[in-house]
Amino acid sequence: MALLDIRQRVGWLFMTVTVVHLVLISAQVTSKRGVPLLQEAIFGSMAEVQRVATGGIGGVRSAWQNYVNLRQIGQENDALKQRVSQLEVALQRERALAEQTRVLQQALDLKTETPFATTAARVIASGASPDFRTMTLDKGSSQGFATDMAVLAPEGIVGRVILPTPRAAKVQLIIDRNAAAAGLVERSRAQGVVVGTGNDRMRFDYVPGSADLKVGDRVVTSGLDGIYPKGFVIGQIESVERSAGEFSNVLIRPAVNLSALETVLVVTSASEVPKADRATAP
Amino acid sequence: MRAAGALIAIALALALQTTLARFVVGGSTPIDLVLVAVVYVALTSGATSGMLAGSVAGLIQDALASPIIGVGGLAKSIVGFAVGAIGQQFIVTAAIPRLLVFMAATGAHAVLFQGLYVALGLRTFTSPWAAVATQALGNTVVGMVAFAAVESFPGVMERRRMTRRPKV
Repeated sequence: MALLDIRQRVGWLFMTVTVVHLVLISAQVTSKRGVPLLQEAIFGSMAEVQRVATGGIGGVRSAWQNYVNLRQIGQENDALKQRVSQLEVALQRERALAEQTRVLQQALDLKTETPFATTAARVIASGASPDFRTMTLDKGSSQGFATDMAVLAPEGIVGRVILPTPRAAKVQLIIDRNAAAAGLVERSRAQGVVVGTGNDRMRFDYVPGSADLKVGDRVVTSGLDGIYPKGFVIGQIESVERSAGEFSNVLIRPAVNLSALETVLVVTSASEVPKADRATAP
Repeated sequence: MRAAGALIAIALALALQTTLARFVVGGSTPIDLVLVAVVYVALTSGATSGMLAGSVAGLIQDALASPIIGVGGLAKSIVGFAVGAIGQQFIVTAAIPRLLVFMAATGAHAVLFQGLYVALGLRTFTSPWAAVATQALGNTVVGMVAFAAVESFPGVMERRRMTRRPKV
């Protein structure tokens, strides 16, 4: 009955919802602290939901595949066919293991080569909104993650940690509209700022008109922003436009395939670590 | 029962958006499945349900992806309310009106969402029209398919039941 009364006062309900949202937004916008507590709490709890959803989808897919395989085996009376299908399944499993090993080896290679303290983390979800290019990692502040830590992949930089919670961390991808990194052209050492566009390309801004830029040049981090360590690949220059002697639109294709990431490394300390200790760290 | 259906639709949209969408569309997601779910709930359950669904879904989406909690919630609440009100005032069961509603809802959501960010001085959107148009197209296709699938489900089940009936 009470619910019915609320439903009849739609206008009031609409106003209440709108005001609550506006108050919520205002509280965050005027806040001078780095991360709002409410956002951290909701993100932390929802990351757990994402973790369960990812596990659930994997479980359902696995159960479905097992069911299909079971039916196929039951229907196949011929011993030879059964043997072939078993071998095929085994081969697929070996291929999956080999692929997994390759990915982990790449991560380990990068970890050994990187002179900083890093921690490997698994990607458990991508951004929930198409307007923000983010992803969620399965580790957080309990593993030493903090805001503005650089996130790397074997091919280059991925982004930075923007919201760590005890068991998960939100990462802003380098292609997000709000993302930026100080970069330089590896060949000519021309410097600029790499800015995300929100789609799968980045812009190279603030490049002097006299700089030497060519399509195909590799752009790496310069380390001037204090977030990304120097020398990591950002991407390759895809197109260069000039107007009135200045560079007007320089587009960069990211080095990392951000839609296929499974494992990343988070730079937990900018201070250099002895080479012997790098592979043994988590 | 209807509230449970709405919650399931939103939870499913969020799960798909955060897990499968990036694989299906190659990383750049031109579809907002959560908005599609909100429009669906609003058209099937009315303005109040649409607004509440939009509010809850938007807040969760904000918490997962946006720097400010509430902007997406407010935008989706208003869109859910407006779509629900339109659904109650006009007949929106044919394909073309539904198509127009999905496209208009995506456009309105983009105006509200991006407008709030720009008005608060938190962010700028350079030439967003192409992205909004692509998203409107994607949302419309997914929404129309979802409606068709849900509406054809009872018929399919009935046909299956009839074919299983033993012949005399």
